[in-house]
Amino acid sequence: MAASMIWDRAQSIYNPDDLVTDWTDQEVSTGTTIMALEYDGGVVIGADSRTTTGAYIANRVTDKLTPIHERIFCCRSGSAADTQAIADAVTYQLGFHSIELDEAPLVQTAANLFKEMCYRYREELMAGIIVAGWDKRRGGQVYTVPMGGMLVRQPVSVGGSGSSYIYGFMDSNYKTGMSQEECLRFTGEALSLAMERDGSSGGVARLAAISEEGVERRVILGNQLPKFNSA
Amino acid sequence: MATAMAMNRIQHLTGSNNLVPDWMSKEVSTGTTIMAVEFDGGVVIGADSRTTTGAYIANRVTDKLTPIHDHIYCCRSGSAADTQAIADVVTYQLGFHSIELDEPPLVQTAANLFKEMCYRYREELMAGIIVAGWDKRRGGQVYTVPVGGMLVRQPVSVGGSGSTYIYGYVDSNYKSGMNKEECLRFTAGALSLAMERDGSSGGVVRLASISEEGVERRVILGNELPKISRA
Repeated sequence: MAASMIWDRAQSIYNPDDLVTDWTDQEVSTGTTIMALEYDGGVVIGADSRTTTGAYIANRVTDKLTPIHERIFCCRSGSAADTQAIADAVTYQLGFHSIELDEAPLVQTAANLFKEMCYRYREELMAGIIVAGWDKRRGGQVYTVPMGGMLVRQPVSVGGSGSSYIYGFMDSNYKTGMSQEECLRFTGEALSLAMERDGSSGGVARLAAISEEGVERRVILGNQLPKFNSA
Repeated sequence: MATAMAMNRIQHLTGSNNLVPDWMSKEVSTGTTIMAVEFDGGVVIGADSRTTTGAYIANRVTDKLTPIHDHIYCCRSGSAADTQAIADVVTYQLGFHSIELDEPPLVQTAANLFKEMCYRYREELMAGIIVAGWDKRRGGQVYTVPVGGMLVRQPVSVGGSGSTYIYGYVDSNYKSGMNKEECLRFTAGALSLAMERDGSSGGVVRLASISEEGVERRVILGNELPKISRA
């Protein structure tokens, strides 16, 4: 009688699940915000830098913009392990293909390699990827391969958990014919807004501009992010 | 044998297979976009007009802006049945209170009545409500009572399934000190963008502005919506 009363009291004071933090058994995820846009002459890509295991930020300076070839990058969202594994496999396949071809690979080829893998193993994977780059045939291109494994080319694409919050901003502020600088500013602002609202996105904003000249990478630190006088 | 066949027939009639459309078994929901903005002298409120049962649009001209008192309205999102029931009860309670007081009720009072109900019955209800109006003591006020039953006053508030898509737009475009016309344009623009992206929001945009003079309602039809999206 006394023992059961003590047991009941104990159960009502704490929840046993709170004793074990959630990051010991949650999968590592790039719950994230990623973005890519085409401009005349290249592409601009951007991502936040937060990797989470549940509520713990496993890496606050993650680099989610992964080179696949000299002028082709991918932006990774979803499971960190899955996207790293897929990117490694595609990097190998694309490098082999490029050597055989004796030519720089097409962005569309890289995108299709991602699509093949993400579609074939769609039940096992959790990966949302944006492939972007420059090639001689078609210039700057952005291809999005969301979860499920579809492939579509878009002038602008956003992805990851934080992307929901910036669809309205993107729809209202995007215009065709922007210059590289305008694209970089637009991406920085969009990432900033998403990182402010999405708990799984944050840290620094990583940007990259890919064109015929090559790849130019930048980082916008947390205190330098564009500020909006929101409520 | 007969009972097995009867059971199969019943299973065929319920919604868990492809023979029966999902709107025969899904709850009626105002999956929606709602919004309210304070300005000096009053508030502007807005909502879309779509009510869905699963994928079927049960009502494409819904009025989600519900009067609670002369100068107090609420914007309803979540389960249509729950929010209608709650609004009816609060309307009764507030009317009674106002008669006893022999004074127009405060917006804060209406908001607290909503909060009491939404918090007490939080396990049974699915209701996200924005309470907005004008009273003599504090002018225009917006109070948000999301799912779960918290209460907080905000200068701008968005709610419903479509609200996620416009957080970035609202954060970047809101500035304090807007007048009534600017608020109306801001609200219409934001709702427009959300309706474009959210499958559960659509139809017409219903707006209302509440001030000391009274309530002024307007409707923006589908083809007259501001073309904010430049994509």
